Amino acid sequence: MSSEPVLSLQSVHKMFGGITAIQEFSLDIMPGEIVALVGDNGAGKSTLVKIISGVQPMTTGRMVIEGKAVSFRDPAESQHHGIQVVYQDLALADSQTVYMNLFLGRELTRGPLRRLDRRRMIAETEALMKDLDVRIPSAGTVIRDLSGGQRQGIAIARATRWASNLVLMDEPTAALGVAETMRVESIIAGLRARRRSILLVSHNLDQVFRLADRICVLRHGEQIGIRRTDEVTRNEIVSMITGLA
Amino acid sequence: MTSDVTQQKGPRVMLGRLARLDTSRYIVYVGFLAIFAFFALALQGDGFLTRSNLVNIVQETAPITVMAVGMVFALTAGEIDLSIGSVVAISALVAAVTMQNHVWELGVVAGLAAGAAIGLMNGALVAYLRLPSFLVTLASMGLLAGVGRWLTNLRSIPVTDPTFTGMFGAGSLFGVPSLVIWTIAATITGHFVFRESKFGAHVLATGDNHRAARAAGIGVDRLRLGVLVISAMGAALAGLLYAGRLYGARYTLGDSDLLTVIAAVIVGGTRLNGGTGSVVGALIGSLLMGMLNNGLILMGLTVAEQMMVRGLIILVAVATTLREKRS
Repeated sequence: MSSEPVLSLQSVHKMFGGITAIQEFSLDIMPGEIVALVGDNGAGKSTLVKIISGVQPMTTGRMVIEGKAVSFRDPAESQHHGIQVVYQDLALADSQTVYMNLFLGRELTRGPLRRLDRRRMIAETEALMKDLDVRIPSAGTVIRDLSGGQRQGIAIARATRWASNLVLMDEPTAALGVAETMRVESIIAGLRARRRSILLVSHNLDQVFRLADRICVLRHGEQIGIRRTDEVTRNEIVSMITGLA
Repeated sequence: MTSDVTQQKGPRVMLGRLARLDTSRYIVYVGFLAIFAFFALALQGDGFLTRSNLVNIVQETAPITVMAVGMVFALTAGEIDLSIGSVVAISALVAAVTMQNHVWELGVVAGLAAGAAIGLMNGALVAYLRLPSFLVTLASMGLLAGVGRWLTNLRSIPVTDPTFTGMFGAGSLFGVPSLVIWTIAATITGHFVFRESKFGAHVLATGDNHRAARAAGIGVDRLRLGVLVISAMGAALAGLLYAGRLYGARYTLGDSDLLTVIAAVIVGGTRLNGGTGSVVGALIGSLLMGMLNNGLILMGLTVAEQMMVRGLIILVAVATTLREKRS
């Protein structure tokens, strides 16, 4: 592994009015690493996701990407720095095709009239879906005709396609059934083989242990600790989350 | 749909795709042909099938078609423009008044500029004050209807410039009537922008899921402004077409067109709440409305009877289209 983290959070602190949502959070995410962020409801996971994705600014602290300190005023700036988010509620346009969703906002065009280059978008979509093993009937299928697992596979593929640094996954399987969850997990595992960096927010500890290299625990806005998945037990993580020994 | 992800291949997918082959997208063509066949048979001796009558239908519906093309953009983006009828009158009146003292070119520019200004006003209120387009354009419909009456004291303004009336009315180019040319030009341009440009793709995505569109970096606010300008410009052009064909402008122009346009667009496969649309479908829907008009007159129905029959047919058409869509 190269030594430079894709994203480094240093002493990130977030206040809402007088209330502390995140106190002193620090985390380095290395290339090709899957880091899980776990914690109970209200622990501050969503706040961190919002800070990294540019939805909300941090109050104090530093965020460093490729050696440079960055701050995001809106999601576009976060995306500009190579960060893509996969939401649990699938930000896909249901009546459009798979390939139009994959290229949403970044459609390929050709010729002086800048016509949509559907053939190239379809070809690239099919190659990417095959590469990531997202199984869909065809790139031209309308999203509405797909299962929840297939849709999430597409959302992940899209994020992967455009993320040069980090894919942020916010409860990517919360809305899915068991078989679909397994399918999506295998897609995520496939991303690790491609050395993509992922920050995974999940309630599902089994999933976290299956996928993550390291686990970072939050409780009431406080960073309790970071453990390597192969050096920690489920019970230790549970007691870190709950604060009960 | 929730069942199995890994094994969805083979005949089930094929069948599923067949069943989901959106029949509503084609129903307008079937309906069009059915009604056409009905009139052709029922009105055999009354001249329905003559070339001049068919061309006449296309010419009569040219303003509706032009407005329908613009409305496809507004509806597909999840907006609606109720002010088009009033924009027709304003644009025609502004053009006619301008042409009384100036060259016809200036009249055309003034009419279209009036439409653009109204579209910008509607669009700005919707995009930047976050007001629903339904209410904004409902208000501007009323406001502009008043402006049209006040502007001209309820008088008609004659339009006599032969170039203008030729270009926007009774003239022709290489034997093709100008109203037919406008119909074709509006449909081709609209279809190209809708289907082949990034803008069209963004209109579809925004109407489908505006949060997803925004998250993908699409300028949703500017797009909403854009579709309302397009819709108003369509109506402004329709106003010029009326003024050209009727040799004058009056505040009543376009005042019964709104529902015809919406019916044409919906029957043509555009969803009322956004995300799906078709410009070619809107053309066919518009021609269907014109054919109904024409056929019912030829059948000798009184105006009252025509209105009732037309209402019923639109109801059946829209009901079929929407029912198909929900399944």
